[in-house]
Amino acid sequence: MLSPEERQEIEAEFGNYPDKRALTIDAMKIVQKHRGWVSDDALKDISEILGVPVSELDSVATFYNLIYRKPVGRHVILVCDSISCWVMGYDRLRDHLTSRLGIKMGETTADGRFTLLPIVCLGTCDHAPAMMVDEDLHRDLDTEKVDSILEQYK
Amino acid sequence: MEKVLTKDVPADGSALDIKRYELAGGYQGVRKALKMAPKEVIDVVKQSGLRGRGGAGFPTGMKWSFVPTGADAPHPKYLCCNADEMEPGTFKDRLLMEATPHQLIEGMICAAHAIEADVAYIFLRGEYILSAERLRKALAEAYEHNYLGKNILGSGVNLEMHLHMSGGRYMCGEETGLLNALEGKRANPRTKPPFPQISGLFGKPTIVQNVETLCNVHHIINKGPEWFKGLSKSEDGGTKLYGASGKVKRPGLWELPMGTTVREILEEHAGGMKEGLRFRGLLPGGASTDFLVEEHLDLKMDFTDVQKAGSRMGTGTMIVMDDRTCPVGFVKNLEHFFAQESCGWCTPCWSGLSWAEKMLQSIEDGQGQEADLDRLSYICRMTAPGHTFCALAPGAAEPLQSALKYFREDFERHIHEKRCPWR
Amino acid sequence: MANIWVDDKTYEVSPDQSLLQVCLELGFDLPYFCWHPALGSVGACRQCAVKQFKDENDTKGRIVMSCMTPASDGTRISVKDSDAEAFRAGVIEGLMLSHPHDCPVCDEGGECHLQDMTVMSGHNYRRTPYPKRTFRNQYLGPLLNHEMNRCIQCYRCVRYYREYAGGTDLAPFASRNITYFGRQEDGILESEFAGNLVEICPTGVFTDKTLKQHYTRKWDLQMAPSVCVHCGLGCSTSAGERYGTLRRILNRYNGEVNGYFLCDRGRFGYEFVNSEQRVRETHSRQDGKLKTVPKEKAVEQLGDILKGNSRVIGIGSPRASLESNFALRSLVGVDRFFNGMSEKSSHLVSLMTEILRQGPARSPSLREIEYSDAVLVLGEDVNNTAPRVALSLRQSVRQQPMEKTDKLKIPRWLDHAVREAVQHDTGPLFIATPNATRLDDVSTGTYRAAPDDIARLGFAVAHALDSEAPAVPDLSDDVRRMAERIARALKSAKRPLVVSGSSLASEAVIHAAANVARALAKDSKSAGLSFAMPEANTLGLALLGGGNLNEAFKTVQEGKADTVIILENDLYRRAPAEAVDNLMQAVRHMVVLDQLMTPTASKSEFVLPAGAFAESDGTFVNNEGRAQRFFQAYVPKDDIQESWRWLLDLMKASGHAEAASWNVLDDLVSATAGAVPPLEKITEAAPSSKFRMLNEKVPRSPHRYSGRTAMLANIKVSEPKPPQDPDSALAFSMEGTPTQPPSSLMPFFWSPGWNSIQSVNKFQSEINGALRGGDPGVRLIDPPQTGSGLYFSAPQRPFEVRPDEWLLVPLYHVFGSEELSSQAPAVAQLAPKPYVALSTADAERLQVQEGAQVEVKLAGNSQKLPVVVQAGLPKGIAGIPAGLVSVEGAGLPAWASVTRS
Repeated sequence: MLSPEERQEIEAEFGNYPDKRALTIDAMKIVQKHRGWVSDDALKDISEILGVPVSELDSVATFYNLIYRKPVGRHVILVCDSISCWVMGYDRLRDHLTSRLGIKMGETTADGRFTLLPIVCLGTCDHAPAMMVDEDLHRDLDTEKVDSILEQYK
Repeated sequence: MEKVLTKDVPADGSALDIKRYELAGGYQGVRKALKMAPKEVIDVVKQSGLRGRGGAGFPTGMKWSFVPTGADAPHPKYLCCNADEMEPGTFKDRLLMEATPHQLIEGMICAAHAIEADVAYIFLRGEYILSAERLRKALAEAYEHNYLGKNILGSGVNLEMHLHMSGGRYMCGEETGLLNALEGKRANPRTKPPFPQISGLFGKPTIVQNVETLCNVHHIINKGPEWFKGLSKSEDGGTKLYGASGKVKRPGLWELPMGTTVREILEEHAGGMKEGLRFRGLLPGGASTDFLVEEHLDLKMDFTDVQKAGSRMGTGTMIVMDDRTCPVGFVKNLEHFFAQESCGWCTPCWSGLSWAEKMLQSIEDGQGQEADLDRLSYICRMTAPGHTFCALAPGAAEPLQSALKYFREDFERHIHEKRCPWR
Repeated sequence: MANIWVDDKTYEVSPDQSLLQVCLELGFDLPYFCWHPALGSVGACRQCAVKQFKDENDTKGRIVMSCMTPASDGTRISVKDSDAEAFRAGVIEGLMLSHPHDCPVCDEGGECHLQDMTVMSGHNYRRTPYPKRTFRNQYLGPLLNHEMNRCIQCYRCVRYYREYAGGTDLAPFASRNITYFGRQEDGILESEFAGNLVEICPTGVFTDKTLKQHYTRKWDLQMAPSVCVHCGLGCSTSAGERYGTLRRILNRYNGEVNGYFLCDRGRFGYEFVNSEQRVRETHSRQDGKLKTVPKEKAVEQLGDILKGNSRVIGIGSPRASLESNFALRSLVGVDRFFNGMSEKSSHLVSLMTEILRQGPARSPSLREIEYSDAVLVLGEDVNNTAPRVALSLRQSVRQQPMEKTDKLKIPRWLDHAVREAVQHDTGPLFIATPNATRLDDVSTGTYRAAPDDIARLGFAVAHALDSEAPAVPDLSDDVRRMAERIARALKSAKRPLVVSGSSLASEAVIHAAANVARALAKDSKSAGLSFAMPEANTLGLALLGGGNLNEAFKTVQEGKADTVIILENDLYRRAPAEAVDNLMQAVRHMVVLDQLMTPTASKSEFVLPAGAFAESDGTFVNNEGRAQRFFQAYVPKDDIQESWRWLLDLMKASGHAEAASWNVLDDLVSATAGAVPPLEKITEAAPSSKFRMLNEKVPRSPHRYSGRTAMLANIKVSEPKPPQDPDSALAFSMEGTPTQPPSSLMPFFWSPGWNSIQSVNKFQSEINGALRGGDPGVRLIDPPQTGSGLYFSAPQRPFEVRPDEWLLVPLYHVFGSEELSSQAPAVAQLAPKPYVALSTADAERLQVQEGAQVEVKLAGNSQKLPVVVQAGLPKGIAGIPAGLVSVEGAGLPAWASVTRS
C-alpha cells in the first residue's frame, strides 16, 4: 500500500509528462525516499498507480545505480571509486571504511546503521577523494575526517 | 580576460537568486530573444560557432536547424538539458548549476524559443542534490516572474520546464540514452538516424544540449556572435570551463578563453605537479579521451588541435597522472568504470570491456601474460567507432589504446616482473 | 529496384529492405543474431558486420552493420573483406566469453543458431582463462525450460515476447554482461505464445520442456509436414518422431498462414498422441466388456454386419480428415452420412460457409490479417478460440501508425526507431465480446455485451456504412455512437476486416458480421471477413455436406437405422447425455474409430484405433478455406492406422464396389475431389505419391539420422527394409533427394551450415514472404467480388436481463477448452478448474464473493461451481468455461438459474 504522502507526491508528477508511464524512475525514487529501498510489494503498488507491469518496473529498477532493491541501513554511504578519487587515495579510504565498519563493500552493518556502496564519479574531482552519506556530499577526505563525518550519522 | 559564465559566481558558495541574477544583467537575453523570430535566434547561434560542450563538440546552431518548423511540424517539441554530468573527471556543470541556476534556465528559454519547443526538461544526475535544490528554487522563481509558463513576458510564447532526477547511470549522459531514461525506460541508446530532431523524446522533435553550452546561448544573443568569437584564442569561439584533477598543486575549475594551452591550464592555473611528483600524462577531457603526454603540452585545448594529436578535448576537465601512480592501475580503474556502466546492449562493449578489465587486473596483480597486451589492443580495435552501437565503448578504448602506446613499458614491466612496480 | 555491389559484383535488389535481408536473399551466408525476419533490425549483436565502401576508389572502407544499413541504390559492400570477417569472428569470441561449454548436454545442440554462426565465423579457440558468469534459472511453467547461462544477450526473447506478442511478464533485468532475461519472479509465463521462444532464442536458454521428457536431437528425428489439429486455423507444423513416439512439434513456415509462429496449444498439445488414453488395439465387446481382438477378426465380423446393409448410418467429425469423412460417407451412402455436429453448430457452420462462398468479402489468410488496417471483432474471443489470429491482429494495429512513420522516412525494418516514433499509437481495433480479452490492451474500443447486443452493434455498423443495410430498432445512443465510430474507422481504411465466428452460437452475430462485410465490400475490393471455425476440419466438413447429429439421432429413433459408425467423435461433447444414451440403446451395432478411449468409445461395441495426425495422411480445410495436406511422420505401432484406411478395410470386407480400386491416399483424394465440387481443388494441396525429384522420394529424416539399424537390433540383427509409404512422395528414411521439394512436402528445414530453424531463409523467395514455389495449401473459396445478395435482417429486441435467471455463455480457454490438447499433461496443468463467472454487480446481487460455491441449474441438471468475479462481464450474463464444465451438451448460450449454495 502506498502511503497518502507517497501517492500524493507521485500524482503531483503526473503532469510533467504526456504519459504517466514515463514516471517509473520518479515514482520508485519517491517510494525509496520514504522507505529507504524498493521492495517487491512496493513495485506492485507502483505498478498499479502508473499502469506499468511489475516486470517492466523491475527491469528499470535493476538497471539504475541509485534504486535499491534490497533493504539498506539507516544511512547509505556512497564512496566514489572513479579515476580522480582513485588517484587521490580511494583505496586507503575504502580500506579504512571497511575495517572501521567491519563490513565489505555492498554490505550493511549488523546494527543496521550504515550500508557501504561504491559509486561512480561524483563530479567533484577537484576535491577528491569524495563520498556521499545520504544526501550529503563530503569531500577532500582523509581517514580522520571520515571518522568524524560518520559520527554525525546515527 | 572576460569571464562570461562564472562572472557572477558568488564567492561564498551560495546561488544567485533571481533578484541578484537580474541585477547582474540576467534575463536580458530572454527579453531580446523573444523579440526575435526563432529562425533568427538559430542564425545568431550558428554564426557564433558555438559548439557543444558536453564532449562531442557538434555545432550547436546547425544541430538546431534540423528541427522541423512551420505549421506542419509535430508538437510538442522538446528541449532537454543534459545535466547528467557523469564522465569521470568532469565537474564543471555542477558549478554552473549550484552557483548560477538562473543562467541555465535563461539559456534554456532562449534555446527553446529558437526551436519552438513547448516543454523543456533538465535531466539532472541523481547525486547532484544541491543542484536539484537550487534549480527547483530557481524554477519556482522563474515561473513566478513569468519567465516560464504561458505567454512569457507577454510574447505569446509558452514554455513548461521540469526537473528530472536521474536513476543513476552513465548511459543517461548519452543523448539517446537520456531520452529513453526520461521516458522511464532503461537507458539503452537509440540508433541515429532517425535523429532526435525528427523522432526524439516520445517520438517528437527534440534537442538535447549540455549545461555549459546552454549557459552560453543568451550571452551570444545579448552581445552578438562576433563578441563571442572574439573571446577565444582559437577558431572555436567563446570561453571554456577548464578543470584539472589529480595530484596537481591546485585542482580546480577555471573559465578561460577557448584555445588556452594545456600547459597554461596545468602549470599556471593548477600550479603544476605536487611537490616531488613528475608529470607523466593526462586525459584532457574526462575518462574517455586519449592520453596527452609531455610533447603535447603546448597544444591548444580546443576542438581541433587536440584532435590532431589523436585525442579529444571532450569536456575540457583534465585528469592528471603523476609518476607515482601506476598507469596499469589507472587504466584498470577506468576500464572497470566503463565495463560496469556498459548498458549491455551490444556485444563488443558488454563483452569486450569486461574482458579488458579482467586482463588489466591480472596484469596489475602480476599475473598478466605477454599475449594480454595484444589482446587489449585487439579489444580496442573491436570497439572502434562504428563497431559498437554507441560511443561508450570507443570512449573506453581511448585511454586504453593510448596507454598502451605511451606507457607500454610499464605494462611490460608488470608482466615480466610479475608484480606491480608501483606498489 | 536498387543496384548494389557485393564483393565487386552487382545485384538488383529491393531498396525497401536492409542489406542483411537482401544479402541473405541473394544466398550470402551472413551471420546474425538479433535480427529476425518478423522482428526487423535493431543493431544490438553486431554480428552481421560487413565493410562498406564510399565508391569504387575507396579501398579502406568502414565496418557497418548490414542489418542497420538500407539496401539503397549504389551501395557497395564486401562480405568477404578480411576486416569484416575478423570482426565477425571477434563478436563470436565476445559471446563465447560468457557462454558455457554446454553443447553436449544442451537441448539446442544440432539445431542451434549460435553453433551455426560460430562455425560460420571461424572462431574456434578460447583465449581467456577467466571464469564465466552464471545465473540462477527460473521456473517458467510446464512448457518452457530456462537456462540463463547460455544467454548471448541478443534481446530477441524480450523483443518478441513484449513488442511482437504483447506479453508483459518477461523482461531484461540488470545490465552490462549480466543482463538477465526472465520474469520478475518464478512463475508460469502468461502469454499463450510463449512457446515461440523456443525458436526465437538462437541458443538454448528457452527450450521445449515437453521435448526434454523424451529428448531427441533434431538430426535424429523422423519428421513430416503436418497441420495443427487444435483449432480451425490449420497452422503448418513439423511433427518429429523417434522410437515410435511423437517427440515434438515445431513451427513449419507457411508464408500465408502461420508465418514463423504457433500458439502454445498447437506447439504443446501433441502429447495427447502419447497419452495413456490412446486406443492402440482393436476392441470388441464380449460379455459386456470391451476386449482386444485381432484386427482381422473384427474387420471380418464388421464386414458381415455391413454387407448389403442399408440400415447403417455414419456420423463423421469436424476433427477428422476429409478423406476419412468421405470414406465413411461412401461406406454408408450420401443420405446416411451425418457430419457429427450438433444441430445448432451445423447450422451456424453451414451459414458461415455459405456467406464465405457467396462473397463478395474475401476470407483472408492469417498473413493478410496482419496487413488489415481497421478491424472489428464481433463475438469471438480469438486469443482462446483462434489464438494465432490474435497474434496477427496485434500486428494489424501497427499498420496505420506506420503510415505516419513512413512520412518521417524511417524504414519499416528499422524496428525500434519505428516503435519509438509510433509510441503507443494503434490503428482501429474494436472488440465486441461478453468477456474481457487479452487483446483489449491494443483495442481502440471494446463493447461488453450479450450475444444479441453484440449482433445489434454489428447490424448498426453495417447500417452506418450503408443505409440499405437494415437499421436496428431501439438502439441506445451510446451504442449508436459507437457503431458510427466503428463505421467511420472501417470506411476510411484501405483493408478493413471483420472477424467473427460461432463461439457464441449466435446466428445473429454471424449475420451481423456478414452485413458489415457486405457493406464494406461495396466500396472496397479489399474488405475481409474472417470466420473462426471451431475445429481443424469444420469448414472442410461443411463443404462435404451431410445432415447434423440431431438428424442422425432421429434416423435411429424412427427405426430407419440400427447400425452406427462413429468417426473420431465423442458424442457426449456435442449432445445431451440422454440423447447419446438413447442412440446407443436403440442401435444393434456400434463402431467407433478414434484416437482416444473417449466416453463414447468406451460404450461402443467395436473400437478401432484411429491414427492421430502425426500417424496419418489426409487433408484439412482451415477457416480461411485453405485445403492443406498433412502426412504421417511415422508408421504407428499395433493396430493403429488412418481412419480412412480402416473404412476402406470395412468397405472391402463388406463388398463395396467403389472401394475395390481405393487403396492409397491419392485414390481417396481424387475420389473426394471428383465427387464433391467445392472440394475439387484439394488434389492441388500437395503433389501425389508419384512425385519424385531426381527419381528420389523426399526423405523424412535428415541425412545425419543415426541408429537406423541399431534401433531394431534387439528384435532382429539384420537390417530390415524401411517401411514403404504408398500414400505420399515422402520416404521413411534419410535417403532421398537433397533438393528443395515443394513446400507442402517439406518435413523440416535444413541447409548446409544452417542446422537451425533460421535455415528457412534459404527456402523463401523473399524472406518473410512466400516459400519458393508457393506456400503450402490451396484456397478453395474465392467468390466473385461482384456478388450481390441480400442483407440479413437484424434482431429486433435487445438483450433483457431476467430477474431469476442468467444467460450462460461459453468462455473459452486456450488451455482446456479443446478436446485433444487437454489430454496433454502440460496443457491440462494450465487449464483452469471449472467455475462460473459473474459480473461484480451480479455477484453482489447474489451476495457471493470470489470462490463461493453456487448451484447452476440448467435443463434439469444441476451442479455446484465456484464463482469467479469478472468485472466487465455484462449484467445478466454468466460465463462457463467451454469444454471444462459439462452442461450436458445443452448447447450454450442457455438460460439457467444460479443460486447460492
